[in-house]
Amino acid sequence: MRLSFNVVSSIWKRDMLHLSRQKSRILYYLFSPVFLLAFLGLGFRRIDVLPEMNMDYLSYLTPGMMGMTLLTASNSTSFLLLWDREMGFLKEIMVTPTSRLSIILGRASVGITNALIQGLMLLIAGLIMGMKLSGISGILLCLPFIILIASTFIGMGLIIASFIKDTQSFNLAQSFALYPIIFFSGAFYPVDRFPAFIATLAYINPLTYGVDGLRFSLLGVSSFNPALDLGVMTVSCVAMFGLGAYRFEVGGWE
Amino acid sequence: MDNLAISLNNLCKSFQGVHAVDNVTLEIEKGELFGLLGPNGAGKSTIIKMLTTMIRPSSGTATVMGHDIIKDNDAVRSCIGVVFQDATLDKKLTGRENLDFHAQLFGLDRDVRCKRIEEVLELLNLRDKADVMVEKYSGGMQRRLAIARGFINHPQVLFLDEPTLGLDAQTRRSIWEYINELNMREEKTIVLTTHYMEEADQLCKRVAIMDHGKIIASDSPQRLKNTIGSDTIILQVKHGCESLLESLSSFSWITALDASDGQITLLVDDAQSRIPQVIIEACMNRATVTSVSVVEPTLEDVFLKFTGRSIREGEEFSDPTKQRWLRRRGP
Repeated sequence: MRLSFNVVSSIWKRDMLHLSRQKSRILYYLFSPVFLLAFLGLGFRRIDVLPEMNMDYLSYLTPGMMGMTLLTASNSTSFLLLWDREMGFLKEIMVTPTSRLSIILGRASVGITNALIQGLMLLIAGLIMGMKLSGISGILLCLPFIILIASTFIGMGLIIASFIKDTQSFNLAQSFALYPIIFFSGAFYPVDRFPAFIATLAYINPLTYGVDGLRFSLLGVSSFNPALDLGVMTVSCVAMFGLGAYRFEVGGWE
Repeated sequence: MDNLAISLNNLCKSFQGVHAVDNVTLEIEKGELFGLLGPNGAGKSTIIKMLTTMIRPSSGTATVMGHDIIKDNDAVRSCIGVVFQDATLDKKLTGRENLDFHAQLFGLDRDVRCKRIEEVLELLNLRDKADVMVEKYSGGMQRRLAIARGFINHPQVLFLDEPTLGLDAQTRRSIWEYINELNMREEKTIVLTTHYMEEADQLCKRVAIMDHGKIIASDSPQRLKNTIGSDTIILQVKHGCESLLESLSSFSWITALDASDGQITLLVDDAQSRIPQVIIEACMNRATVTSVSVVEPTLEDVFLKFTGRSIREGEEFSDPTKQRWLRRRGP
């Protein structure tokens, strides 16, 4: 299995060309996080949602919304892969001597780039609306978490897509999977407010640790030890992405 | 052995018990322009998919440029170019960007890429439109770009699956010229599939006719047509039809004859050299011949001879000569 940097970069370049020509996609990337954050964050600002945490809700919500944005951004990777497959373009790629690992890493690099753009857009929106950053270094600190969250859920998307190979059903399955992951992650309010049963679900949800890691990086507060966040995210990233790449490798994608 | 580009050995592929390709053995030499001719569903595309390593054969083996299609599929993929029946281009990229993307997948360096892209654009006459978005290309231009892309990596063998499917007659002819030129100028082996017999006849140096997953005949188009062994002469006769018929029936070189409504149909060994004799005979019998036409056998007739069916499943039966043929051939 050869990995070709050339192939990874050509796949990345192709998608960036697409992005630069799709004005609507750029607008969507810019405005959808801002809308969400403004709607929820500013709406709840006057209500003291987190009396015990000594923190305004917008600051608390911004990392959570980043997690949610990263989740949807990473899942679009598999959607684009399936779309290429439906259009027949994937076949044209597969018939070249390109290794599947290079194809999947090329697609993942696109997904991570999109996730970084959208995640940072959301962060900027949050800062403009009045989120209180603990320190400027927090922005650098949150980058590894963004990449780990994106890779984990790119992997999950690949696993789902390897079973459901058409775009329409994939979209259904995706929203079915994404909502519980977002809601049971502490993105909107702390996990310890969940009933015990749901809290258990939250503890096995990688996004919980990802969002907590983001919160630690940006706000300096977290529910868990940040080392635990980083550890869990690294393990889940390797496991999910590895399994996703394996499912792509074993085939049936032509 | 060394001048073989492709060799198929008892290759089989079945889908849920249906034999799409049934024990095909075939050899294609280097530099050949080879055609697989047959009706839809004959197994042509399945052979191409196996040879291009997109699907695995159920049994049997095949090699492309000496590489085994199962064991060395990476080696096979790096020495072939493919243009699928439903070739997909990235419509949101320009022609040049499409070519560049694929050239990178083959791991070509930037300098090599630039040079090669110019070459293939030139070869398929796409230079003017190279920087136009593919979604603005016409159907014929898209097909040309797909063929150009198939050629981007200097493949030793190029596979074209139905290269002119769905194109109008004029565009089809121009695509033939390009394919011919690619074969001549780059001296590459080209394997194409088609269900247009004119295409196989005019373009290919050698043809294998397929039906129900099997190769039923394989040779040059001319030799295949020669196996029919006869041309058809059709005479329109105003009067004196009976006496002409009677005197013609004594010639040994007329293998079959038939008359109806003042039209005489003759099956002869070679129409060109027999027409004068037929006309002389008509004069001697004082028959008035108003027109003479010659129908030479086509690959369609070859297909008919081997399968008893028309390649286009009935479409061609509107032609009266073809109808007569079938009756004659019938038991």
